[in-house]
Amino acid sequence: MLEIKDVSRRFDSFVALDRVNLTIAAGEFFTLLGPSGCGKTTLLRMIAGFDQPDDGDILLDGRSLIATPPEQRPLHTIFQNYALFPHMTVAENIAFPLRMAGCAREEIAGRVARALEDVRLPDKGRHYPDALSGGQKQRIAIARALVNRPRLLLLDEPLSALDAKLREQMQLELITLQKEVGITFIYVTHDQGEALALSHRIAVMNGGHIVQVDEPSRLYGFPNSRFVADFIGHCNLLGGVVTAVQTGDATVELDGLGTVQTVIQPAAGVAVGRRCTLTLRPEKTHISTTLTPGEEAAHFRGVVHDMLYLGDVTVYKVELANGMIVEALLANSAPGRARFFEVGDAVEVAWRLDAGHLVME
Amino acid sequence: MRRKTWRRQLLTLPPTGYLLLFFAVPSIIMLFASFRYAGEYGGLAPWYYYEAGEFSLDLTLENWQRLFESEIYLLLFLKSIGYALLTSLLCILLGYPLALMIARRPKRQRDLLLLLVILPFWSNFLVRIYAWMIIFSPAGALTQMVNGLLGLFGLGPVTLMYSTTAVIVTLVYVHLPFMVLPLYANLEKQSPALLDAAQDLGANSWRRFWHVTWPLSLPGIYAGSILVFIPVLGMFAIPDLLGGTDSIMIANVIKQQFVESRDWPFGSVLSMVMTVAAVLVVLLGARLARQGVARG
Ligand SMILES: Nc1ncnc2c1ncn2[C@@H]1O[C@H](COP(=O)(O)OP(=O)(O)OP(=O)(O)O)[C@@H](O)[C@H]1O
Ligand SMILES: [Mg+2]
Repeated sequence: MLEIKDVSRRFDSFVALDRVNLTIAAGEFFTLLGPSGCGKTTLLRMIAGFDQPDDGDILLDGRSLIATPPEQRPLHTIFQNYALFPHMTVAENIAFPLRMAGCAREEIAGRVARALEDVRLPDKGRHYPDALSGGQKQRIAIARALVNRPRLLLLDEPLSALDAKLREQMQLELITLQKEVGITFIYVTHDQGEALALSHRIAVMNGGHIVQVDEPSRLYGFPNSRFVADFIGHCNLLGGVVTAVQTGDATVELDGLGTVQTVIQPAAGVAVGRRCTLTLRPEKTHISTTLTPGEEAAHFRGVVHDMLYLGDVTVYKVELANGMIVEALLANSAPGRARFFEVGDAVEVAWRLDAGHLVME
Repeated sequence: MRRKTWRRQLLTLPPTGYLLLFFAVPSIIMLFASFRYAGEYGGLAPWYYYEAGEFSLDLTLENWQRLFESEIYLLLFLKSIGYALLTSLLCILLGYPLALMIARRPKRQRDLLLLLVILPFWSNFLVRIYAWMIIFSPAGALTQMVNGLLGLFGLGPVTLMYSTTAVIVTLVYVHLPFMVLPLYANLEKQSPALLDAAQDLGANSWRRFWHVTWPLSLPGIYAGSILVFIPVLGMFAIPDLLGGTDSIMIANVIKQQFVESRDWPFGSVLSMVMTVAAVLVVLLGARLARQGVARG
């Protein structure tokens, strides 16, 4: 178990990390997600030991890592540009951590061969790294980092140099590999889609803070702030004021639109009179030409402003009475759908009582 | 395609031209001179006679035979190669830490430190040699210090001037920048991420150097060694001014043949041998460096 306790890091007067607290369980695929410059790499480098926190502590199984130099920490890093040694063959690269650990020669040969098979490149051992493709380099870097079974594997945007197709394939491979080896992965990315696809849990960071730590589905369904709602996937953000709170739901006066009822989560801090944002996912936002009373909790009139045909789905951007644009997603496989809406069509935007999620400001 | 290769060939024309003009042509002239007779008052005797309508060549193998008549020349060659190797080695030992230190400094300091390395080039070569003559002179600071130290152990005073030590020290001093500059160029472009990776994978600072920095810097070492070895092999001024009778090098003998003995043909023989030795060293060094670059 890795614990990060009240870790802060300042560069001159700039605060790169501000009292960060995290607990990462053994065997977890944990992702640090956040926009560029939020401090992800800084935190990762401190776990690896390349940088020291100004305050706070980093503990592995209850023992502080702070005084341990990087070469003695039981963890390895996958660097963004792989950092394979160009003067060594692939096999020599993979053997490197074993040699440093003083393994016997015969043992090294066997483990290198097995590591190469694990990443499905058994016949590349004699090649030099510059004879490999990007995806192959990536796999060799992973094989090298896993060959002596570290406790943790740190990965700093390892797929950012690959093209989209290969990236997707490598994501699947990473998931399988992590499950097989059972080693804790700490993964850094600014790509929310990648984070959702890979992780058991995600820590969303912003400006040196941890904003929310949760499982991907909870992060997507129940963001704790406007920032998270906006950063993870697409989201309609409707500002308003809480006017009444009942058990299980609340009434919100949306700016320039009117009142809606919405389900609230326990302990969400909802109180009458507080400003809030109703976050509403496009796929939970329905649009139609006819009024369908009963089903939905909220109905607003609007005009189709724009649309984006994406093949499997179409994104409609609808302008509401207050001038706000909301997005609604319609699967193109929806049965009984007679026609596409056209730009300029008057439509009705509706959502169910439990479709929105309320966050306080 | 055709056009492109044609243009590429055009681009290589000037360098090919220089090589022909400044290396191949003089070498051929020297080679030719090594088969001729010396002139009566120096220079070269005519290489043919045209008497009574009779044309006759006047060339000889005598000069080349002379090379093998005494082992002195072979020994001198070997000694000079030894000096050049020793100088290269000392330049590596002194230049490597210096180049590494500069390459690991912040960018702004690096430029200043490099400037300091090449600063001696701005003063005349002979002036710098004379400066060392002052340092090595019996009353000079270095000699005084060395003898002071030796005195502590009850050892007699030594003279540094006109000794092989003085020659080697000065050879190293003069050629050190030729080692530092290519080494620096190599070390500076090595990716720091490789050192981080090595450390991350369990290498302490010594092993990071030995397994990463050092093997990646071999092309720089070969390049620097060529740049030091070749001019040292041809050096005569330093042994002339600072060396004793036992520290003369092959170039001193060559100079002697051309200047004092006025035996140009034999001087040409010795020059040719030296040129071949130098070319062999360059080929070897370039080959080693290319292998290193191919992996690096
Ligand atoms: N050595 C340093 N000196 C000064 N500022 C630094 C240093 N390292 C990082 N920073 C600053 O700290 C902040 C966080 O940097 P960090 O590299 O951790 O961001 P990141 O989240 O990894 O971003 P990205 O997604 O772009 O890689 C940035 O604003 C950066 O400018
Ligand atoms: Mg980063």
